[in-house]
Amino acid sequence: MIPLILFILCAALAIAGAIVLIWAHEPIHSALALILVMVALAILYLLLGAPFISAVQIIVYAGAIMVLFVFVIMLLNFGLEERTNFSKLAIPGALLAVVLMAEIAHWLAHSSIGRAMANGPAAPATEASTVELSKMLFRQYLFPFEATSILILIAILGALVLARKES
Amino acid sequence: MEFIYQHPVLVAAIIKIAVLLFIVMTALAYLTWLERKAIAHIQSRWGPYNVGAHGLLQPLADGIKFLFKEDITPPVADKFVYTLAPFLALALGLTAIALIPFGPVRGPGSVPLLGQPAWAVTDINIGLLMLFAITSLGVYGVALAGWSSNSKYPLLGGLRSSAQMISYEVSLTMSVVGVVLVAGTLSFNELIEKQSGAFWHWNVFSVRYGGVPQIVGFLCYLTAAIAETNRVPFDLPEAETELVAGFHTEYSSFKFAMFFMAEYANMITVSCLATILFLGGWLSPFPESWHWQWFLPGAGLLALAAYCAWNTVAEMRGIARLQLGVVTLLAGGGGLLCLIPVVAEHIQGPFWFTTKILAILFFYIWMRATLPRFRYDQLMSFGWKLLLPLSLANLVITALALVLWPLVKHG
Repeated sequence: MIPLILFILCAALAIAGAIVLIWAHEPIHSALALILVMVALAILYLLLGAPFISAVQIIVYAGAIMVLFVFVIMLLNFGLEERTNFSKLAIPGALLAVVLMAEIAHWLAHSSIGRAMANGPAAPATEASTVELSKMLFRQYLFPFEATSILILIAILGALVLARKES
Repeated sequence: MEFIYQHPVLVAAIIKIAVLLFIVMTALAYLTWLERKAIAHIQSRWGPYNVGAHGLLQPLADGIKFLFKEDITPPVADKFVYTLAPFLALALGLTAIALIPFGPVRGPGSVPLLGQPAWAVTDINIGLLMLFAITSLGVYGVALAGWSSNSKYPLLGGLRSSAQMISYEVSLTMSVVGVVLVAGTLSFNELIEKQSGAFWHWNVFSVRYGGVPQIVGFLCYLTAAIAETNRVPFDLPEAETELVAGFHTEYSSFKFAMFFMAEYANMITVSCLATILFLGGWLSPFPESWHWQWFLPGAGLLALAAYCAWNTVAEMRGIARLQLGVVTLLAGGGGLLCLIPVVAEHIQGPFWFTTKILAILFFYIWMRATLPRFRYDQLMSFGWKLLLPLSLANLVITALALVLWPLVKHG
Protein backbone atom coordinates (compact mmCIF):
# COMPACT_ATOMS: atom_id res chain seq x y z
CA MET A 1 0.00 0.00 0.00
CA ILE A 2 2.72 2.47 1.00
CA PRO A 3 4.92 1.65 -2.05
CA LEU A 4 1.89 2.21 -4.31
CA ILE A 5 1.17 5.64 -2.79
CA LEU A 6 4.86 6.55 -3.08
CA PHE A 7 4.93 5.35 -6.69
CA ILE A 8 1.90 7.43 -7.70
CA LEU A 9 3.28 10.47 -5.85
CA CYS A 10 6.73 10.24 -7.42
CA ALA A 11 5.41 9.46 -10.90
CA ALA A 12 3.10 12.47 -10.69
CA LEU A 13 5.98 14.65 -9.42
CA ALA A 14 8.24 13.50 -12.26
CA ILE A 15 5.61 14.27 -14.90
CA ALA A 16 4.72 17.61 -13.30
CA GLY A 17 8.42 18.49 -13.12
CA ALA A 18 8.89 17.64 -16.79
CA ILE A 19 5.94 19.84 -17.78
CA VAL A 20 7.17 22.76 -15.66
CA LEU A 21 10.65 22.29 -17.13
CA ILE A 22 9.30 23.06 -20.61
CA TRP A 23 6.71 25.61 -19.46
CA ALA A 24 8.84 27.87 -17.26
CA HIS A 25 10.11 31.20 -18.58
CA GLU A 26 12.98 31.50 -16.14
CA PRO A 27 15.98 29.20 -16.85
CA ILE A 28 16.57 28.58 -13.12
CA HIS A 29 12.97 27.42 -12.69
CA SER A 30 13.49 24.97 -15.55
CA ALA A 31 16.68 23.71 -13.90
CA LEU A 32 14.85 23.30 -10.57
CA ALA A 33 12.08 21.36 -12.30
CA LEU A 34 14.68 19.07 -13.88
CA ILE A 35 16.21 18.44 -10.43
CA LEU A 36 12.73 17.53 -9.19
CA VAL A 37 12.39 15.02 -12.05
CA MET A 38 15.79 13.49 -11.19
CA VAL A 39 14.96 13.13 -7.50
CA ALA A 40 11.52 11.65 -8.27
CA LEU A 41 13.17 9.14 -10.62
CA ALA A 42 15.70 8.27 -7.91
CA ILE A 43 12.86 7.44 -5.51
CA LEU A 44 11.24 5.32 -8.23
CA TYR A 45 14.52 3.37 -8.59
CA LEU A 46 14.48 2.89 -4.82
CA LEU A 47 10.95 1.47 -5.06
CA LEU A 48 12.14 -0.93 -7.78
CA GLY A 49 14.76 -2.28 -5.34
CA ALA A 50 17.84 -0.58 -6.81
CA PRO A 51 19.17 1.62 -3.97
CA PHE A 52 22.66 1.88 -5.51
CA ILE A 53 21.33 3.19 -8.83
CA SER A 54 19.06 5.53 -6.89
CA ALA A 55 21.93 7.03 -4.87
CA VAL A 56 24.12 7.34 -7.95
CA GLN A 57 21.26 9.02 -9.83
CA ILE A 58 21.06 11.72 -7.17
CA ILE A 59 24.85 12.11 -6.72
CA VAL A 60 25.66 12.30 -10.43
CA TYR A 61 22.64 13.98 -11.97
CA ALA A 62 21.05 16.09 -9.24
CA GLY A 63 24.22 16.68 -7.22
CA ALA A 64 26.85 17.24 -9.93
CA ILE A 65 25.47 17.85 -13.42
CA MET A 66 22.56 20.04 -12.34
CA VAL A 67 24.79 22.01 -9.95
CA LEU A 68 26.92 22.88 -12.98
CA PHE A 69 23.77 23.83 -14.93
CA VAL A 70 22.63 26.15 -12.16
CA PHE A 71 26.16 27.53 -11.78
CA VAL A 72 26.40 28.38 -15.49
CA ILE A 73 22.91 29.92 -15.55
CA MET A 74 23.85 32.08 -12.55
CA LEU A 75 27.22 33.00 -14.03
CA LEU A 76 25.77 34.12 -17.38
CA ASN A 77 22.69 35.63 -15.71
CA PHE A 78 20.23 34.84 -18.52
CA GLY A 79 17.11 36.96 -18.76
CA LEU A 80 13.66 35.59 -19.33
CA GLU A 81 13.35 33.05 -22.08
CA GLU A 82 11.98 34.41 -25.37
CA ARG A 83 8.92 32.72 -26.79
CA THR A 84 8.40 32.20 -30.51
CA ASN A 85 5.16 31.36 -32.26
CA PHE A 86 3.95 27.85 -32.75
CA SER A 87 6.48 25.77 -34.65
CA LYS A 88 5.25 23.83 -37.70
CA LEU A 89 7.64 21.00 -36.83
CA ALA A 90 5.60 20.36 -33.68
CA ILE A 91 2.79 18.69 -35.70
CA PRO A 92 4.86 15.76 -37.08
CA GLY A 93 6.59 15.60 -33.69
CA ALA A 94 3.29 15.20 -31.90
CA LEU A 95 2.21 12.53 -34.40
CA LEU A 96 5.45 10.61 -33.83
CA ALA A 97 4.97 10.86 -30.07
CA VAL A 98 1.42 9.47 -30.32
CA VAL A 99 2.62 6.57 -32.49
CA LEU A 100 5.45 5.82 -30.06
CA MET A 101 3.10 5.87 -27.07
CA ALA A 102 0.69 3.53 -28.87
CA GLU A 103 3.54 1.15 -29.67
CA ILE A 104 4.74 1.09 -26.08
CA ALA A 105 1.19 0.53 -24.81
CA HIS A 106 0.69 -2.31 -27.31
CA TRP A 107 3.98 -3.92 -26.38
CA LEU A 108 3.25 -3.62 -22.67
CA ALA A 109 -0.15 -5.24 -23.16
CA HIS A 110 0.94 -8.16 -25.34
CA SER A 111 4.56 -9.16 -24.71
CA SER A 112 5.57 -11.54 -21.94
CA ILE A 113 7.81 -8.93 -20.29
CA GLY A 114 4.98 -6.40 -20.32
CA ARG A 115 2.59 -8.86 -18.66
CA ALA A 116 5.23 -9.68 -16.04
CA MET A 117 5.67 -5.98 -15.38
CA ALA A 118 1.95 -5.54 -14.92
CA ASN A 119 2.18 -7.87 -11.91
CA GLY A 120 4.77 -5.60 -10.32
CA PRO A 121 8.52 -6.14 -10.17
CA ALA A 122 9.89 -9.42 -8.89
CA ALA A 123 11.20 -9.46 -5.32
CA PRO A 124 14.12 -7.03 -5.50
CA ALA A 125 17.56 -8.34 -4.63
CA THR A 126 18.47 -5.34 -2.47
CA GLU A 127 20.95 -7.21 -0.30
CA ALA A 128 23.52 -7.92 -2.97
CA SER A 129 22.80 -5.26 -5.54
CA THR A 130 25.93 -3.14 -5.01
CA VAL A 131 28.18 -6.20 -4.95
CA GLU A 132 26.42 -7.78 -7.94
CA LEU A 133 26.64 -4.56 -9.91
CA SER A 134 30.35 -4.15 -9.25
CA LYS A 135 30.99 -7.79 -10.21
CA MET A 136 29.22 -7.22 -13.51
CA LEU A 137 31.05 -3.94 -14.14
CA PHE A 138 34.52 -5.17 -13.28
CA ARG A 139 34.34 -8.74 -14.64
CA GLN A 140 31.72 -9.22 -17.33
CA TYR A 141 31.75 -5.69 -18.76
CA LEU A 142 35.28 -4.63 -17.79
CA PHE A 143 36.37 -3.70 -21.32
CA PRO A 144 33.33 -1.52 -22.24
CA PHE A 145 33.55 0.10 -18.78
CA GLU A 146 37.21 1.07 -19.19
CA ALA A 147 36.62 2.10 -22.82
CA THR A 148 33.81 4.44 -21.69
CA SER A 149 36.09 6.06 -19.13
CA ILE A 150 38.68 6.75 -21.85
CA LEU A 151 35.91 8.15 -24.05
CA ILE A 152 34.91 10.57 -21.29
CA LEU A 153 38.56 11.57 -20.80
CA ILE A 154 38.81 12.33 -24.54
CA ALA A 155 35.63 14.41 -24.31
CA ILE A 156 37.10 16.43 -21.40
CA LEU A 157 40.32 17.02 -23.34
CA GLY A 158 38.29 18.08 -26.39
CA ALA A 159 36.34 20.58 -24.30
CA LEU A 160 39.61 21.95 -22.89
CA VAL A 161 41.11 22.37 -26.35
CA LEU A 162 37.95 24.10 -27.63
CA ALA A 163 37.70 26.41 -24.63
CA ARG A 164 41.37 27.46 -24.63
CA LYS A 165 42.09 30.96 -25.86
CA GLU A 166 44.65 31.41 -28.64
CA SER A 167 47.61 33.24 -27.15
CA MET B 1 -2.91 0.11 18.61
CA GLU B 2 -3.71 -2.24 15.72
CA PHE B 3 -1.71 0.03 13.42
CA ILE B 4 1.33 -0.08 15.72
CA TYR B 5 1.43 -3.87 15.65
CA GLN B 6 0.95 -4.02 11.90
CA HIS B 7 3.62 -1.47 11.02
CA PRO B 8 6.30 -1.67 13.76
CA VAL B 9 9.04 -0.43 11.39
CA LEU B 10 7.08 2.67 10.39
CA VAL B 11 5.94 3.58 13.91
CA ALA B 12 9.40 3.00 15.39
CA ALA B 13 10.93 5.14 12.65
CA ILE B 14 8.50 8.00 13.33
CA ILE B 15 9.23 7.89 17.07
CA LYS B 16 12.98 7.81 16.44
CA ILE B 17 12.78 10.69 13.94
CA ALA B 18 10.76 12.82 16.39
CA VAL B 19 13.21 12.22 19.25
CA LEU B 20 16.26 12.72 17.00
CA LEU B 21 14.82 15.95 15.59
CA PHE B 22 14.28 17.30 19.10
CA ILE B 23 17.79 16.35 20.20
CA VAL B 24 19.44 17.70 17.04
CA MET B 25 17.55 21.01 17.21
CA THR B 26 18.59 21.48 20.84
CA ALA B 27 22.15 20.49 19.96
CA LEU B 28 22.17 23.05 17.11
CA ALA B 29 21.05 25.79 19.49
CA TYR B 30 23.67 24.93 22.09
CA LEU B 31 26.35 24.49 19.45
CA THR B 32 26.02 28.23 18.74
CA TRP B 33 26.43 28.84 22.48
CA LEU B 34 29.49 26.54 22.62
CA GLU B 35 31.02 28.24 19.59
CA ARG B 36 30.56 31.74 20.97
CA LYS B 37 31.87 30.73 24.40
CA ALA B 38 34.89 28.83 23.05
CA ILE B 39 35.90 31.58 20.61
CA ALA B 40 35.44 34.19 23.32
CA HIS B 41 37.68 32.31 25.73
CA ILE B 42 40.33 31.72 23.05
CA GLN B 43 40.32 35.46 22.37
CA SER B 44 40.34 36.39 26.10
CA ARG B 45 36.72 37.58 26.25
CA TRP B 46 33.73 36.35 28.24
CA GLY B 47 31.25 35.62 25.45
CA PRO B 48 27.50 35.47 26.24
CA TYR B 49 27.14 35.94 30.01
CA ASN B 50 24.00 37.91 30.83
CA VAL B 51 21.08 35.78 29.61
CA GLY B 52 21.03 32.94 32.12
CA ALA B 53 24.01 31.69 34.11
CA HIS B 54 27.07 31.63 31.80
CA GLY B 55 24.73 32.71 28.95
CA LEU B 56 23.04 29.30 28.99
CA LEU B 57 19.67 30.78 27.94
CA GLN B 58 21.23 32.81 25.10
CA PRO B 59 20.20 30.30 22.33
CA LEU B 60 16.60 30.51 23.54
CA ALA B 61 16.71 34.31 23.51
CA ASP B 62 18.21 34.26 20.01
CA GLY B 63 15.48 31.91 18.81
CA ILE B 64 12.71 34.14 20.19
CA LYS B 65 14.36 37.19 18.65
CA PHE B 66 14.57 35.50 15.23
CA LEU B 67 10.89 34.52 15.45
CA PHE B 68 9.66 38.04 16.22
CA LYS B 69 11.84 40.00 13.78
CA GLU B 70 10.17 41.37 10.67
CA ASP B 71 10.49 39.00 7.72
CA ILE B 72 11.49 41.16 4.74
CA THR B 73 11.31 39.81 1.19
CA PRO B 74 13.01 42.10 -1.35
CA PRO B 75 10.45 43.26 -3.97
CA VAL B 76 12.75 42.27 -6.85
CA ALA B 77 13.42 38.80 -5.45
CA ASP B 78 12.11 35.65 -7.09
CA LYS B 79 9.53 34.94 -4.36
CA PHE B 80 9.20 31.16 -4.83
CA VAL B 81 12.91 30.35 -5.02
CA TYR B 82 13.70 32.92 -2.31
CA THR B 83 11.38 31.06 0.09
CA LEU B 84 12.41 27.62 -1.10
CA ALA B 85 16.17 28.09 -0.56
CA PRO B 86 16.29 28.21 3.28
CA PHE B 87 13.80 25.33 3.56
CA LEU B 88 15.90 23.27 1.17
CA ALA B 89 19.11 24.02 3.08
CA LEU B 90 17.68 23.12 6.49
CA ALA B 91 15.66 20.09 5.32
CA LEU B 92 18.66 18.52 3.58
CA GLY B 93 20.94 19.28 6.52
CA LEU B 94 18.58 17.57 8.96
CA THR B 95 17.72 14.62 6.67
CA ALA B 96 21.37 13.63 6.39
CA ILE B 97 21.58 13.10 10.17
CA ALA B 98 18.79 10.49 9.97
CA LEU B 99 21.24 8.07 8.31
CA ILE B 100 23.74 8.16 11.17
CA PRO B 101 23.85 5.26 13.66
CA PHE B 102 24.40 6.67 17.17
CA GLY B 103 24.97 3.29 18.81
CA PRO B 104 25.13 -0.42 18.01
CA VAL B 105 22.09 -1.81 16.12
CA ARG B 106 22.79 -5.44 17.12
CA GLY B 107 24.73 -7.36 19.72
CA PRO B 108 25.55 -6.11 23.24
CA GLY B 109 24.68 -2.49 23.95
CA SER B 110 21.85 -2.28 21.40
CA VAL B 111 18.43 -1.23 22.65
CA PRO B 112 15.22 -2.54 21.05
CA LEU B 113 12.24 -0.28 20.25
CA LEU B 114 9.18 -2.20 18.99
CA GLY B 115 11.64 -4.86 17.79
CA GLN B 116 13.70 -2.26 15.92
CA PRO B 117 17.16 -1.00 16.93
CA ALA B 118 16.71 2.28 18.81
CA TRP B 119 20.14 3.87 18.24
CA ALA B 120 19.75 4.34 14.47
CA VAL B 121 16.79 5.62 12.44
CA THR B 122 17.73 3.46 9.46
CA ASP B 123 20.28 0.74 8.81
CA ILE B 124 20.70 0.62 5.03
CA ASN B 125 23.56 -1.15 3.30
CA ILE B 126 24.55 1.85 1.17
CA GLY B 127 24.30 4.43 3.95
CA LEU B 128 27.50 6.23 2.92
CA LEU B 129 26.31 6.72 -0.67
CA MET B 130 22.90 7.91 0.50
CA LEU B 131 24.56 10.42 2.81
CA PHE B 132 26.66 11.75 -0.05
CA ALA B 133 23.54 11.89 -2.23
CA ILE B 134 21.78 14.10 0.33
CA THR B 135 24.75 16.32 1.13
CA SER B 136 25.54 16.78 -2.58
CA LEU B 137 22.15 18.52 -2.90
CA GLY B 138 23.05 20.90 -0.06
CA VAL B 139 24.76 23.36 -2.43
CA TYR B 140 21.38 24.28 -3.95
CA GLY B 141 20.24 26.00 -0.77
CA VAL B 142 23.18 28.41 -0.91
CA ALA B 143 23.29 28.84 -4.71
CA LEU B 144 19.55 29.44 -5.06
CA ALA B 145 19.52 31.87 -2.13
CA GLY B 146 22.25 33.86 -3.84
CA TRP B 147 20.49 33.88 -7.19
CA SER B 148 16.92 34.54 -6.03
CA SER B 149 17.81 37.61 -3.91
CA ASN B 150 18.43 39.45 -7.20
CA SER B 151 21.18 41.55 -5.69
CA LYS B 152 24.88 41.68 -6.47
CA TYR B 153 26.53 40.56 -3.23
CA PRO B 154 24.31 37.53 -2.72
CA LEU B 155 24.82 36.51 -6.35
CA LEU B 156 28.59 36.70 -5.94
CA GLY B 157 28.35 34.74 -2.70
CA GLY B 158 26.17 32.09 -4.35
CA LEU B 159 28.57 31.75 -7.28
CA ARG B 160 31.56 31.45 -4.97
CA SER B 161 29.91 28.83 -2.84
CA SER B 162 28.85 26.74 -5.86
CA ALA B 163 32.39 26.79 -7.24
CA GLN B 164 33.88 26.04 -3.82
CA MET B 165 31.50 23.23 -2.94
CA ILE B 166 31.91 21.54 -6.34
CA SER B 167 35.70 21.73 -6.01
CA TYR B 168 35.95 20.41 -2.48
CA GLU B 169 33.27 17.76 -2.85
CA VAL B 170 35.64 15.87 -5.16
CA SER B 171 38.40 15.77 -2.52
CA LEU B 172 35.87 14.95 0.20
CA THR B 173 34.57 11.92 -1.69
CA MET B 174 38.05 10.78 -2.77
CA SER B 175 39.41 10.91 0.78
CA VAL B 176 36.62 8.61 1.93
CA VAL B 177 37.08 5.97 -0.79
CA GLY B 178 40.27 4.73 0.88
CA VAL B 179 38.28 3.71 3.97
CA VAL B 180 35.62 2.04 1.80
CA LEU B 181 38.34 0.03 0.04
CA VAL B 182 39.83 -1.11 3.34
CA ALA B 183 36.48 -2.03 4.92
CA GLY B 184 34.82 -3.33 1.75
CA THR B 185 31.35 -2.05 2.68
CA LEU B 186 29.18 1.06 2.36
CA SER B 187 27.02 0.33 5.40
CA PHE B 188 27.74 2.55 8.40
CA ASN B 189 27.23 -0.25 10.90
CA GLU B 190 29.57 -2.64 9.13
CA LEU B 191 32.13 0.15 8.70
CA ILE B 192 32.08 0.67 12.47
CA GLU B 193 31.99 -3.01 13.43
CA LYS B 194 35.07 -3.65 11.29
CA GLN B 195 37.02 -1.21 13.49
CA SER B 196 36.20 -3.01 16.74
CA GLY B 197 38.90 -3.64 19.32
CA ALA B 198 40.65 -0.63 20.77
CA PHE B 199 41.66 2.71 19.31
CA TRP B 200 44.60 1.29 17.35
CA HIS B 201 42.07 -0.65 15.24
CA TRP B 202 40.33 2.54 14.08
CA ASN B 203 40.73 3.25 10.39
CA VAL B 204 43.04 6.21 11.07
CA PHE B 205 45.67 3.87 12.55
CA SER B 206 44.61 0.37 11.55
CA VAL B 207 46.55 -2.00 9.29
CA ARG B 208 44.30 -4.93 10.17
CA TYR B 209 42.79 -5.46 6.72
CA GLY B 210 46.04 -5.08 4.80
CA GLY B 211 45.56 -1.44 3.90
CA VAL B 212 47.59 1.55 5.04
CA PRO B 213 46.54 3.75 7.99
CA GLN B 214 44.08 6.32 6.67
CA ILE B 215 45.70 9.28 8.44
CA VAL B 216 46.21 11.20 5.17
CA GLY B 217 42.64 10.48 4.15
CA PHE B 218 41.47 11.70 7.57
CA LEU B 219 43.34 15.00 7.31
CA CYS B 220 42.11 15.53 3.72
CA TYR B 221 38.57 14.77 4.86
CA LEU B 222 38.73 17.22 7.77
CA THR B 223 40.04 20.01 5.53
CA ALA B 224 37.57 19.37 2.72
CA ALA B 225 34.74 19.14 5.24
CA ILE B 226 35.50 22.64 6.57
CA ALA B 227 35.31 23.98 3.01
CA GLU B 228 32.17 21.97 2.33
CA THR B 229 30.39 23.51 5.32
CA ASN B 230 31.53 27.03 4.34
CA ARG B 231 33.39 27.75 7.56
CA VAL B 232 36.50 29.72 8.41
CA PRO B 233 39.14 29.62 6.90
CA PHE B 234 37.08 28.68 3.82
CA ASP B 235 34.03 30.91 4.41
CA LEU B 236 34.48 32.84 1.16
CA PRO B 237 30.74 32.68 0.31
CA GLU B 238 29.99 34.93 3.27
CA ALA B 239 33.21 36.94 3.54
CA GLU B 240 31.85 40.00 5.33
CA THR B 241 34.73 42.29 4.37
CA GLU B 242 34.06 41.74 0.67
CA LEU B 243 30.47 40.59 0.26
CA VAL B 244 28.53 42.10 3.22
CA ALA B 245 27.19 38.67 4.25
CA GLY B 246 27.36 36.76 0.98
CA PHE B 247 24.46 34.58 -0.06
CA HIS B 248 22.23 35.43 2.93
CA THR B 249 22.63 39.22 2.77
CA GLU B 250 18.96 39.77 1.86
CA TYR B 251 17.59 37.23 4.33
CA SER B 252 16.13 38.32 7.64
CA SER B 253 14.19 36.88 10.55
CA PHE B 254 13.62 33.13 10.66
CA LYS B 255 14.73 32.51 7.07
CA PHE B 256 18.18 33.71 8.10
CA ALA B 257 17.99 31.53 11.20
CA MET B 258 17.26 28.54 8.96
CA PHE B 259 20.50 29.07 7.02
CA PHE B 260 22.28 29.41 10.33
CA MET B 261 20.81 26.13 11.61
CA ALA B 262 21.56 24.40 8.29
CA GLU B 263 25.21 25.36 8.61
CA TYR B 264 25.41 23.87 12.11
CA ALA B 265 23.46 20.77 11.02
CA ASN B 266 26.01 20.26 8.23
CA MET B 267 28.81 20.64 10.75
CA ILE B 268 27.25 17.89 12.88
CA THR B 269 26.82 15.67 9.81
CA VAL B 270 30.42 15.93 8.65
CA SER B 271 31.65 15.37 12.23
CA CYS B 272 29.47 12.24 12.47
CA LEU B 273 30.85 10.98 9.17
CA ALA B 274 34.46 11.63 10.23
CA THR B 275 33.78 9.75 13.47
CA ILE B 276 32.19 6.79 11.72
CA LEU B 277 34.72 6.45 8.92
CA PHE B 278 37.98 7.18 10.69
CA LEU B 279 37.49 7.15 14.48
CA GLY B 280 35.50 3.99 15.08
CA GLY B 281 32.02 5.53 15.41
CA TRP B 282 30.32 4.46 18.63
CA LEU B 283 33.14 2.11 19.66
CA SER B 284 35.05 2.74 22.85
CA PRO B 285 38.76 3.62 22.48
CA PHE B 286 39.65 1.09 25.18
CA PRO B 287 39.78 -2.72 24.97
CA GLU B 288 36.45 -4.39 25.73
CA SER B 289 37.80 -6.18 28.82
CA TRP B 290 38.24 -2.88 30.70
CA HIS B 291 34.85 -2.85 32.37
CA TRP B 292 35.50 0.29 34.41
CA GLN B 293 34.97 2.32 31.23
CA TRP B 294 31.23 1.64 31.60
CA PHE B 295 31.15 4.14 34.45
CA LEU B 296 32.89 6.94 32.54
CA PRO B 297 29.65 8.66 31.33
CA GLY B 298 28.29 8.77 34.90
CA ALA B 299 31.62 9.91 36.30
CA GLY B 300 31.88 12.63 33.68
CA LEU B 301 28.38 13.94 34.42
CA LEU B 302 29.04 13.83 38.18
CA ALA B 303 32.25 15.80 37.67
CA LEU B 304 30.26 18.37 35.68
CA ALA B 305 27.69 18.49 38.48
CA ALA B 306 30.43 19.01 41.06
CA TYR B 307 31.92 21.88 39.04
CA CYS B 308 28.47 23.45 38.59
CA ALA B 309 27.72 23.09 42.31
CA TRP B 310 30.99 24.81 43.24
CA ASN B 311 30.34 27.54 40.66
CA THR B 312 26.78 28.04 41.93
CA VAL B 313 27.88 28.59 45.48
CA ALA B 314 31.09 30.52 44.78
CA GLU B 315 30.31 32.83 41.86
CA MET B 316 26.61 33.05 40.97
CA ARG B 317 24.22 35.58 42.49
CA GLY B 318 20.46 36.01 42.32
CA ILE B 319 18.51 34.30 39.51
CA ALA B 320 21.71 32.90 37.92
CA ARG B 321 22.31 30.92 41.12
CA LEU B 322 18.90 29.27 40.73
CA GLN B 323 19.49 28.52 37.04
CA LEU B 324 22.88 26.94 37.59
CA GLY B 325 21.40 25.04 40.54
CA VAL B 326 18.94 23.42 38.14
CA VAL B 327 21.82 22.50 35.77
CA THR B 328 23.68 21.00 38.75
CA LEU B 329 20.68 18.88 39.73
CA LEU B 330 20.14 17.71 36.11
CA ALA B 331 23.80 16.77 35.65
CA GLY B 332 23.97 15.08 39.06
CA GLY B 333 20.74 13.13 38.51
CA GLY B 334 21.84 12.10 35.02
CA GLY B 335 25.23 11.06 36.35
CA LEU B 336 23.69 8.88 39.09
CA LEU B 337 21.33 7.31 36.52
CA CYS B 338 24.28 6.51 34.26
CA LEU B 339 26.05 4.71 37.12
CA ILE B 340 23.36 1.98 37.22
CA PRO B 341 25.12 -0.97 35.51
CA VAL B 342 22.27 -1.79 33.07
CA VAL B 343 21.99 1.83 31.94
CA ALA B 344 25.76 2.23 31.81
CA GLU B 345 26.09 -0.78 29.51
CA HIS B 346 23.49 0.46 27.03
CA ILE B 347 24.57 4.08 26.75
CA GLN B 348 28.21 3.25 25.94
CA GLY B 349 27.65 3.62 22.18
CA PRO B 350 25.94 7.03 22.17
CA PHE B 351 28.34 8.28 24.88
CA TRP B 352 31.50 7.58 22.89
CA PHE B 353 29.87 8.77 19.65
CA THR B 354 28.86 12.08 21.22
CA THR B 355 32.28 12.52 22.81
CA LYS B 356 34.06 12.06 19.48
CA ILE B 357 31.64 14.36 17.64
CA LEU B 358 32.17 17.04 20.29
CA ALA B 359 35.94 16.71 19.91
CA ILE B 360 35.73 17.25 16.13
CA LEU B 361 33.25 20.12 16.54
CA PHE B 362 35.61 21.73 19.02
CA PHE B 363 38.39 21.35 16.45
CA TYR B 364 36.25 23.26 13.92
CA ILE B 365 35.51 26.03 16.42
CA TRP B 366 39.19 26.20 17.34
CA MET B 367 40.08 26.58 13.63
CA ARG B 368 37.55 29.38 13.33
CA ALA B 369 39.01 31.25 16.30
CA THR B 370 42.58 30.83 15.10
CA LEU B 371 42.91 31.08 11.32
CA PRO B 372 42.37 34.03 8.96
CA ARG B 373 40.35 33.62 5.76
CA PHE B 374 41.93 32.36 2.52
CA ARG B 375 42.02 34.53 -0.57
CA TYR B 376 39.79 33.21 -3.37
CA ASP B 377 42.58 32.11 -5.74
CA GLN B 378 44.43 30.51 -2.82
CA LEU B 379 41.29 28.57 -1.99
CA MET B 380 40.96 27.21 -5.52
CA SER B 381 44.63 26.32 -5.97
CA PHE B 382 44.73 24.72 -2.51
CA GLY B 383 41.72 22.57 -3.37
CA TRP B 384 42.71 21.48 -6.85
CA LYS B 385 46.52 21.44 -6.66
CA LEU B 386 47.14 20.12 -3.15
CA LEU B 387 44.09 18.52 -1.57
CA LEU B 388 42.82 16.57 -4.59
CA PRO B 389 46.22 15.08 -5.60
CA LEU B 390 46.86 14.19 -1.94
CA SER B 391 43.55 12.36 -1.55
CA LEU B 392 44.05 10.64 -4.93
CA ALA B 393 47.54 9.52 -3.84
CA ASN B 394 46.08 8.17 -0.61
CA LEU B 395 43.51 6.23 -2.64
CA VAL B 396 46.11 4.78 -5.03
CA ILE B 397 48.50 3.79 -2.23
CA THR B 398 45.69 2.17 -0.24
CA ALA B 399 44.54 0.20 -3.29
CA LEU B 400 48.13 -0.88 -4.06
CA ALA B 401 48.69 -1.99 -0.45
CA LEU B 402 45.46 -3.99 -0.50
CA VAL B 403 46.52 -5.81 -3.69
CA LEU B 404 50.23 -6.28 -2.90
CA TRP B 405 50.02 -7.25 0.80
CA PRO B 406 48.45 -10.70 0.19
CA LEU B 407 51.04 -11.38 -2.52
CA VAL B 408 53.90 -10.50 -0.15
CA LYS B 409 52.42 -12.51 2.71
CA HIS B 410 51.78 -15.69 0.72
CA GLY B 411 54.88 -15.42 -1.46
